[in-house]
Amino acid sequence: MTLLAVTGLHKSFGGVVAARDVAFTVERGEMLAIIGPNGAGKSTVFNMVGGQLTPDRGRVMLDGQDITHASPQKRFRRGVGRTFQVAQTFLSMSAAENVQMALISCFRQSNGLWRAARERHRDRAVELLSQVGMAEAADTPCSALAYGDVKRVELAIALAGQPKLLLMDEPTAGMAPRERAALMELTASIAESRGIGVLFTEHDMDVVFGHAQRVLVLLRGQIIASGTPDEIRQDPQVRRAYLGDEHALERPKRMSPA
Amino acid sequence: MDPAFLAVQALSGLSSASSLFITACGLTIVFGVTRIVNFAHGSLYMIGAYTAATLIPRLLELSFGPVTFWAGILASALVVGVIGVIIEVLLLRRIYGAPELFQLLATFGVVLVVQDLVVQVFGPEDILGPRAPGLRAPVEILGRRFPSYELVLIAAGPIVLALVWLLLRRTRFGVLVRAATQDRDMVASLGVNQAMLFTGTLFLGAFLAGLGGALQIPRVSANTGMDLSIIAEAFVVTVVGGMGSVPGAFLAALIIGQLQAFGILIFPKSTLVVVFLLMAVVLAIRPYGLFGRAEIVGGTHAVGIASREPLPGRAFILLVVIAALACFPLVADAYLLKVATEILIFALFAFSLQLLIGVGGLVSFGHAAFFGLGAYGAALAVKWYGASMEAALPLGLALAALGAGLVGAFVVRLSGIYLAMMTLAAAQILYAVAFQWVEVTGGDNGIVGVWPSPWASGPIPYYLLTAALVLVTVLLLKRIIDAPFGYALRAARDSEARAEAIGLKIRQHRWLAFMIAGAGAGLAGGIYAFSRGSVDPSLLGIAASVDALTMLLLGGIQTVIGPLVGAAALHGLRDWIMPLTPLWRLFLGISIIAMVLVFPRGLVGTVRDGWEART
Repeated sequence: MTLLAVTGLHKSFGGVVAARDVAFTVERGEMLAIIGPNGAGKSTVFNMVGGQLTPDRGRVMLDGQDITHASPQKRFRRGVGRTFQVAQTFLSMSAAENVQMALISCFRQSNGLWRAARERHRDRAVELLSQVGMAEAADTPCSALAYGDVKRVELAIALAGQPKLLLMDEPTAGMAPRERAALMELTASIAESRGIGVLFTEHDMDVVFGHAQRVLVLLRGQIIASGTPDEIRQDPQVRRAYLGDEHALERPKRMSPA
Repeated sequence: MDPAFLAVQALSGLSSASSLFITACGLTIVFGVTRIVNFAHGSLYMIGAYTAATLIPRLLELSFGPVTFWAGILASALVVGVIGVIIEVLLLRRIYGAPELFQLLATFGVVLVVQDLVVQVFGPEDILGPRAPGLRAPVEILGRRFPSYELVLIAAGPIVLALVWLLLRRTRFGVLVRAATQDRDMVASLGVNQAMLFTGTLFLGAFLAGLGGALQIPRVSANTGMDLSIIAEAFVVTVVGGMGSVPGAFLAALIIGQLQAFGILIFPKSTLVVVFLLMAVVLAIRPYGLFGRAEIVGGTHAVGIASREPLPGRAFILLVVIAALACFPLVADAYLLKVATEILIFALFAFSLQLLIGVGGLVSFGHAAFFGLGAYGAALAVKWYGASMEAALPLGLALAALGAGLVGAFVVRLSGIYLAMMTLAAAQILYAVAFQWVEVTGGDNGIVGVWPSPWASGPIPYYLLTAALVLVTVLLLKRIIDAPFGYALRAARDSEARAEAIGLKIRQHRWLAFMIAGAGAGLAGGIYAFSRGSVDPSLLGIAASVDALTMLLLGGIQTVIGPLVGAAALHGLRDWIMPLTPLWRLFLGISIIAMVLVFPRGLVGTVRDGWEART
């Protein structure tokens, strides 16, 4: 069964239509990128899948279940993990505690009043951190980490809920180019090994064409093209949408390995 | 009902609406631009009244006539405007970036300072101002006499609204004020002179407060209680109207004026309750008031407890503390024991607030409500049911937890400043109930004869009982702070978006936090009632809430044991300094301001940082 199936998604803010009949699917283990110029409606579509916005029309199906009107909390329980454009972590806690908190919530222990939180699920948290290469920083406060590292911690938090679908809103925004490729390599390998579907938006075309298996192009709330990175690169409509920024669509000269 | 009576009632509602609007309008403009809720706005209003009541009679001696009177009103307002500028330059300018809790406390410090200064400058007597020349004779309305000055006031509200509207729409200053109300950062990055804009705004706000106060002098005498009574009403007006919205303030003032005028017919004693209930209902339906907009939540709010390594040897430290508390009666006399008992009670009170503020980031400005509920619950159980202390204490605790559950259910939808105002409103409602429901609560006199059981009476047994209860409760609360529940509260404080994305039910957790904190404060209140043998409405007052906040701030909001140290420091200082000087409030106010400005981390935080910097 298709992991994520979005059909006829529509959203307008006052007179501005931010999403018009948006439909797409994400399969297990697939990485799907949504691109488009600023104001194209990427974040709107994204937040409707993540539960931060409710669509005016249309449906969001996860694994055959309708989650169109589910709260972000409920989506988490159904297997949606997400990261934010500006990384959202708990800055007053250590990296491990951040992941522990997600695990505590996952096991529905967040109302626990007795045994200390820092003693719960510690091993599993460190294991998740080591998967994103952050095991050494387990006891470092999140507020003391470099931004790129915070993004990795955020990924570990998102993975703690054992998601089927990972939503990443501009996962590499604010990172150095080398870190970007590394984070996306990591995401791709985790997604593949666990069969997680990944939906991400991105401005960096190197990241998009380097890591997405399929690309959706959004323009003024509508999908104007979808296909493999190579197909998208050739698409005349897309080229027009990105006019003046054509270099962005050229094949990256070299992919820097992680 | 007599139509003439209704008409007169409606008119007097309109005139109080006008007065209220003029004052609240200044508050809302200042908030819109500076994002500071200025507690001292009521103090500026009071200064306006005192200045006018002192100045205008002298002016009238020189030249009697309406022109002199109105010129005197304007002059008084101008004086207050200048005082507003001084406050901006000396204080507010330094705390624009500070967390809102600090801003509220700092401006409350100004309230305390002004209270003592007003007495020093104008004397302790209430001052009745002159009546306005030319407006002394009442007019007849449908056969009833109505003061003609009130008619002028009714007109003054819309006139001020029109002038403010013109100022905001037609001048460059007004454009900047409106722009800053919408997006302060954008205005800053466009190269606007921020300092001038903010100073100008404070001048305008203070001028309006002064005008509102000065216009009162023919109606009521200038007195030292008018600052807190007007600020409570002005808060309600700005919150109901939507903070930062001038038309909203006007509409809210009209509604509240009428509600007060006619509410007095339905609930003769409880106009305050009606007004605050209106606010509760409006905020429950529209969390940002009638015309308010959602606050953009920034990252600067999140100050509070952070994770730290457990202290090595904490079991040993705990034993030492227990031993010290247990052995204290061996060395202390009855007076010291009484002081120690009270310090322990306030430590528990402040500590329960730490769960909301330091852990949950929920700036409750009415925590005294739960302290008072606990005290009244226990006292009422003794008075009406003859309950023993052993039964009354849990009853008080339960009543406080219940009250906190009720208040919490309303406020967990809110955030930031609206939450602070709503908790303040809840405390004020309870205060009004305790004050006005004389048959049950004894009104102003409160309830007496609340004495502990024989085995616990006497300074030493009661001290030991208090120490044991406080110690156990604090340890339980500490446990909760370290448990997943406390972490979940911190998670929601640090990042709501992330907390939701990992499936945390934020409102449910916050609601429970209110109940636990309320229960803790209620227990403290109950113990306090039995330690003094009586309760009275001041336990629920704004001053008591601010006491708890001051202890928190003094000890340090980022630390777990901060509130305990803060309670000891504040209470100790008060016992030491109050007998020495009549200017206790001045001293306390300046201390609060100094704390916010100089060491916002508090005593424990500062010591700890110093320690960590060395090691």
